[in-house]
This record gives sequence, C-alpha cells and structure tokens, in this order.
Amino acid sequence: MRTSTAARLSLRTVALGYLVLLIGVPIVLILWRTFGEGVGTFLESIRTPAAISALNLSLLIVAITVPLNVVFGVGTALALVRGRFRGRGLIQAVVDLPFAVSPIVVGVSLILLWGSSGWFGGIENNLGVRVIFGLPGMVIATIFVTLPFVVREVEPVLHEIGTEQEQAASTLGASSAQTFWRITLPAIRWGLTYGVVLTIARALGEFGAVIMVSSGFPGVSQTLTLLVHSRYIDDHNTYGAYAAATLLMGLAVLTLLLMTLLDRKRSTT
Amino acid sequence: MITVTGARKNYGDFAALDDVTLDIPAGTLTALLGPSGSGKSTLLRSIAGLERLDAGSIVIGGRDVTGVAPQKRGIGFVFQHYAAFKHMTVRDNVAFGLSIRKRPKAEIAKKVDDLLEIVGLDGFQHRYPAQLSGGQRQRMALARALAVDPEVLLLDEPFGALDAKVRADLRQWLRRLHDEVHVTTVLVTHDQEEALDVADRIAVLNKGRIEQVGDPVSLYDRPANDFVMSFLGSVARLGGQLVRPHDIALERNRDRAVAADALTGTAGGVVESVVERVVRLGFEVRIDLRADSGQRFAAQVTRGQADVLGLQVGETVYARATHGPDAYELDPALAI
Amino acid sequence: MLLPLAALTVTSFGEGWSGFWDAVTAPVALASLRVTVAVSAVVALVNAVMGTLIAWVLVRDDFRGKRVVNALIDLPFALPTIVASIVLLSLYGPNSPVGIHLNATQPGLLVALAFVTLPFVVRSVQPVLIEADREVEEAAASLGASNWTTFRRVVLPTLAPAVIGGTGLAFARAIGEYGSVVLIGGNIPRKTQVASQYIQQQIEIDRPVNAAAVSVALLAIAFVTLFVLRVLAGRSQRREEDSA
Ligand SMILES: Nc1ncnc2c1ncn2[C@@H]1O[C@H](COP(=O)(O)OP(=O)(O)OP(=O)(O)O)[C@@H](O)[C@H]1O
Ligand SMILES: [Mg+2]
Repeated sequence: MRTSTAARLSLRTVALGYLVLLIGVPIVLILWRTFGEGVGTFLESIRTPAAISALNLSLLIVAITVPLNVVFGVGTALALVRGRFRGRGLIQAVVDLPFAVSPIVVGVSLILLWGSSGWFGGIENNLGVRVIFGLPGMVIATIFVTLPFVVREVEPVLHEIGTEQEQAASTLGASSAQTFWRITLPAIRWGLTYGVVLTIARALGEFGAVIMVSSGFPGVSQTLTLLVHSRYIDDHNTYGAYAAATLLMGLAVLTLLLMTLLDRKRSTT
Repeated sequence: MITVTGARKNYGDFAALDDVTLDIPAGTLTALLGPSGSGKSTLLRSIAGLERLDAGSIVIGGRDVTGVAPQKRGIGFVFQHYAAFKHMTVRDNVAFGLSIRKRPKAEIAKKVDDLLEIVGLDGFQHRYPAQLSGGQRQRMALARALAVDPEVLLLDEPFGALDAKVRADLRQWLRRLHDEVHVTTVLVTHDQEEALDVADRIAVLNKGRIEQVGDPVSLYDRPANDFVMSFLGSVARLGGQLVRPHDIALERNRDRAVAADALTGTAGGVVESVVERVVRLGFEVRIDLRADSGQRFAAQVTRGQADVLGLQVGETVYARATHGPDAYELDPALAI
Repeated sequence: MLLPLAALTVTSFGEGWSGFWDAVTAPVALASLRVTVAVSAVVALVNAVMGTLIAWVLVRDDFRGKRVVNALIDLPFALPTIVASIVLLSLYGPNSPVGIHLNATQPGLLVALAFVTLPFVVRSVQPVLIEADREVEEAAASLGASNWTTFRRVVLPTLAPAVIGGTGLAFARAIGEYGSVVLIGGNIPRKTQVASQYIQQQIEIDRPVNAAAVSVALLAIAFVTLFVLRVLAGRSQRREEDSA
C-alpha cells in the first residue's frame, strides 16, 4: 500500500507521540529525579542495610527459581513436543495458566494452600517450617508466575530442530543421554537462555504474588520490589522509592539488552 | 546381507508396509524405488531401527536385529535433509560416532581427515554446516555415516533436496565411492533415472508392497506388471497395450505395417493415427500421435528415421509395437 | 500448579453456593469487578487501535532511531510493575511537573494499564505485518481500491486474528494487574479500587472466603476471555484454510 507522505508522517507522529507520553517522558523524569541530586545520593540510598538485604533476597530467590525452572521447563517442553500421550492438551493449558492468573490470585491461592489454616497448614504447624510469610512462600510464588517462560521459549525451538538430528545421533551409536547432552541441549541453548533471561526479569520484578505471601519486614523479608513499595507507601520516602526503582529499571534495561542480543543470535544460528 | 521377512507397519488402519520380504545381497547398491507414499522411507527406517515393525523380522549380516536399538545395529544412515549437527564443525560432525565410541584422539583425527578427503571436503574441517552448500552438507553427512564403519549404509533420498545438476554429479560420485568401499548400501529414491543410473539392483515399491526386484536391465526390459513398466522409463498405450515409445515403429503404408506386425506378433496390432506434433530433442525425435480411437500417445524415433519418414502435422501414419513386454518373454532373441 | 487453585476454588465455595454468591455480589466487591472490567475493556480497545498503529509504523515506515523505538516497546514487559507505577507517578502524580494529577482517578488506572499492556498487540501484529504479502495489497490497488478500502478489505482481515489475540491477552493481563495500579490507583472503594486490590484487602482483614470468591470470579473472566479468543482464532484460521 503506497501511503502519501502526509499520511505517513501523521501516523508516525501519533505513534511516536503516544510512546513518548506513555513511556519516554516518565522514564526520563524518574531518571532526572533520581540523579538530579547527584550520583552520590543515589548510591547512598541504595546502600542502606535494608536495600542491600532486599537486593540479596531478590537474588537468592532468582538463584533458587532459575535452576528449578530450567529442569522443569526443559523436561516439560520435551514431553510436550516429543511425547505422544493423552492429556497433552491439558498440560498445554496448565503451562499457560500463570499467564491468565492474576498475581494477587496466585498469592491468595498459595495462602489458602500453605497458610497455617490452609490445606497444607499442618506442615507449618507441626514441622515449624514457615512457608507463607517465609522464604519458601516467596520462592513458590515466584516459580508459579515464571513457570511458562522456559517451556514456551524452548518448545518452538524443539519443534523447529525436529527429530532428525537426534535420530542421526542414535544411528551413530549415541545413547539417549548422550544425544540429549551433545545434540539436543546445544541446539536449544539460545532458546533456553532466552527463557532464563525472561525468568530472571520476572522473578526480580514480581510484586503482586510476592507481597501477598511475604511478611515484608525491612531487612528480612523484603525483596527489591517490596522495598520500592514500602518506601513510597510506609516511609513516605519518595526519593528512596525512585532510587530503588531506578536500580530495578537498570536491571530491566540490562535484561532488555540481553534479550535483543540473544534474539539476534537466535536468528543467525 | 540384509534380509527383511514379512515386514508389516501400520499407521492406524493404514498399512505403510504390507508383508514386505526382501533380500539385499552383501556388497550391492540396492535402490528402493517407488512413488511418494509407497513406504520406501518406512522400510528403510525399519531396517535402521528408527521405526518399529508391527510384524516381521530384519536380519543384518546374519544377526537378527528386529528388536535391537538403532545404536546397536551397525548401520550408517543418511537423511534427506542432511540432519547436520548445526552447532558442530564439519570435523566434529564426522567425528561424532567415533567420539561416542571413545576412540583415541589421534585415531579419530586421522580417520576424519581421511574421510573428508574421500568425500572431497578436505580443508572444510573448521566450517559449520551453515557455511556449506547443500551438496557439501550431504557429503559431510555421508562421511559422518561412514566414519563408524557401518555394516550397511542406508540413504533416504540423499540427493532429493539438491538441484538436478548437483544430483547427477553426486550420484556418479556415490557410485564410485561404493565401488571403492563396497559397503552394502540401500538407497531410497523416487527418481527412476537415479535408480537406473547407480543401482546394481532395484526394488520397486507400491502401496507398501514390493512389486518387483531385479537388476535395472531386467526391470526395464521385463517388467512384472504395468505398474513397474510405467514407473521405470516412459510408456505409451498402443491399442490397449503398454509399449516403450522407442519400441513403436511408424509406417506410411498400412500393408507394410500389418505384414511387419504379423512377424513380431504383439497384442496391440496396427493403429492408424494422425500426427499432432513433431518435436526434435537433439538426436531423438518425439512424435505425438492421436489414434483413431482418440487415444493420444508418443513415439520416439531417431533423427534418421524421422527424416526418412518426413512426417508433417496432420498426416496419417500406421503405428505398431516392435515388441511389447510379453514379446520378450515369448522369445528373448527378438529383443536384440 | 493446580493444587493451589483447587484450594482456592474449594475455599470460595466453603460456605456453599450462596456464600460464594454473596461474597461476589457484595456491593464493594461487585463495584471493584465492574471497575476492573470497564477500565480493562477501554485499555484493550486503546491497545487494539494504538498497538496496530504502532506496529504499522514500525514495519512500514522508516525513520532514524526506529530500532531504539522498537526495543522500547518491550520495556513494559521487562520493567517490574511496581517500577512502572513509580515511573508513571513521577509524571502524573502529586508532584507532577506538568500539573496533570491522575493520582487516584480512573484515568490514572487507564494510563497504568495501558503502559503495562502496550507490548501485547504491537508484538502480535508486527510479525504478521512483516509476513503479509504486499503483492495482495498492490493487486487491490491495481484493481482501483483506495488506500482506505485496501486497508479495510485486504489488510485488516489478515491482521484481525493477531489484533484480536493481542487485545485479548492485554485484557486478560489488565484485569489481573496489581503492581502497576497499586500506587497510582489510590484504592478508593467503588471508584478506583480494582478487583485485585479488593482481594488483597480482604486477605489483610482476614476474610479468606471473600478473597477466594472474587479471585475465582476474576479467574473465570480471564478464562472466558482466553477461551473466546481461542475459538475466534480457530475460526479465522479455518476460514483461511478453507479458502486456501
Ligand atoms: N508417522 C506417521 N503417521 C502416519 N502415517 C505415516 C507416518 N509416517 C508415514 N506415514 C504414511 O505411510 C506411508 C508411507 O510413508 P513413507 O514415508 O514410507 O513414504 P515414502 O515412500 O518414503 O514417500 P516419499 O517419497 O514421499 O518420501 C505414507 O502414506 C505416509 O502418509
Ligand atoms: Mg520418504
């Protein structure tokens, strides 16, 4: 379709204007507010004990979530793509569930299941393991919301590479384990990495599900996102909230860069 | 030596292999030839163990391998779309089977280099499959399959994805390679020209069944039935009988045609037809004809014959078969 | 995965069907659901139009910095929702430099949700537009169709499944959203309180049955949306296959 220059320019203006108002200006503004008082103030604000502990907690949750999701995600993707069994449709739907479920609803569900008066409340009451309002709860909530990423990134790659390479390996004498490690895994590595990056981004940024199952004590059970929230709401420390948000934004932009790089890598190899 | 006995394979209630029995002598290059969907790949993959038979047995080199995993069958398999390991260099691709078998590094390196030289990929060791042409990729896949010294080499339309020129070159090359290494080879193809060109023996498949097995010459000259006849080489239908176009003689004079036909005694008789088109294809001339029954067919004559006949479009000629398939069986001497 | 949701459903019906019904139709609960669905629907529509337009500009237009803009689209996905909230507040909040105060208003909710759901439509329409056969458009033009006609009769039908799909995802995401509205929304019952905030509040005052019931209602809306989407997508695909 050949559009006239005027039409094209006005379309472009509308699109860019919308993006600038919605994304551009607010981000520039928060950066300006954060660094307006100097880099020193910013660093100070994110070096308080509460902030450092929040960063550590966020990273710890990521460190637990990622390996579990990788193992589960690759396994599920393999089963979904290569397996021929009944109930595949059901599993497909279950894997997508977190996309459809509000994080708050995830939190409520977990409280009702693991909370002290929930179905598995016995675990907390008898064994003394605190799930809800403890680290396990936050980890479970994070796993719940990040579950689809690895599966959904690895699945299409598995589809695309097909089974021929694996069959070729088996005719050359490779056992299933050898085929997996030497053929399948290298072939899906970029898809897997992409899924992991998405998982990390979401795990760092999850808020709704985590706030429901965390006790939210500064320095103990606050993740970075909870820190932003409590600084703004409870402490009325607007600047501190901006600073912590900027830190998270930095991590997000890093993720974005990684994703863009990986995307290019994926399409060239 | 590969022996397939009573092989059956069903997909749902569709029989992809329907009681297939086939002997493949050691050291031969055998082609499995048939139209698309006839079960060639299924048969080949069953021999490799990539497909599990519903019934029947497979014996390779005297060992019953029917339930044996592909890893342990001593086979090399080459796929139509190469199945190159994309994340490995050419050298690592070829070395894969040997490194699985934990051979010493030096031995692997030497063997890989030797093989790459044989397949003409010397100097390409460090390239990735994406940096090779289709033909080069397929030669790499061949080297990879040969590296493990397979007892039998199985190729599933190895040249199917290549253009006509490269195809023809590669199959000549495969033939020479086979003459050097003498490994029992089974080649799947739907291209009759390819089968006639390279194979010692051809097995023709149709709808999951073997129609005929034999060397190319006897299959071409003595097809067991109409299907084999029409699938190998071109045919014309003349008076209800299948004839090769070059086995049709044309006469301007009806009486001469009838007299000659009485001598050869084929079933088709003499057919009065009208010339619709004369096409010169180099040395050969194809003449498109329409019989008075309305049936169209083509006859193939040499340029010399065409010049003698001097046929023009719209003229009437009398066509007869110089010999049909049954004529060979009646008297093989006439075939000369 | 399913256990927590099972626990949720069972709890919501802990006091029978009528208990569930009472919890969902409690005036404040109902109001929060109404606000959620209404605002999300508007956001979905805005997305459908703006998302398609942005995708169009990114695919068919050419200008400097296009790649940066393209990368920017994903930012709302990568950005934690609470950060999105803070970011928007800094412009439209109490100390807004431009004097726009959307804090604790429904337009505020709209902006927040539009922000987090921006990528859905753009990213689902973009690839289709790239793949779209331009010869078909040229053919339409050569038959005398105006730009507008070509767009409506030729381009839009091919884009429709992607637009609908993206819009539906955006809607499903919007009704469940919490992090981005928590700061800017204001949580005023019957006015700007969305369902997820209501649920959170009920948990805080220890009314798990109410929370569970509204959660189930929210889930049901999300599922119905996704289900309708699947049916629509299936139908348009079948139509293409039939005509092919
Ligand atoms: N996995 C499968 N499921 C169902 N049917 C199958 C499957 N694999 C093969 N078939 C059917 O079995 C028949 C034989 O297939 P096969 O691949 O052996 O054919 P082929 O002779 O190799 O054909 P081509 O020349 O097209 O490769 C075909 O009709 C095909 O549709
Ligand atoms: Mg085949």
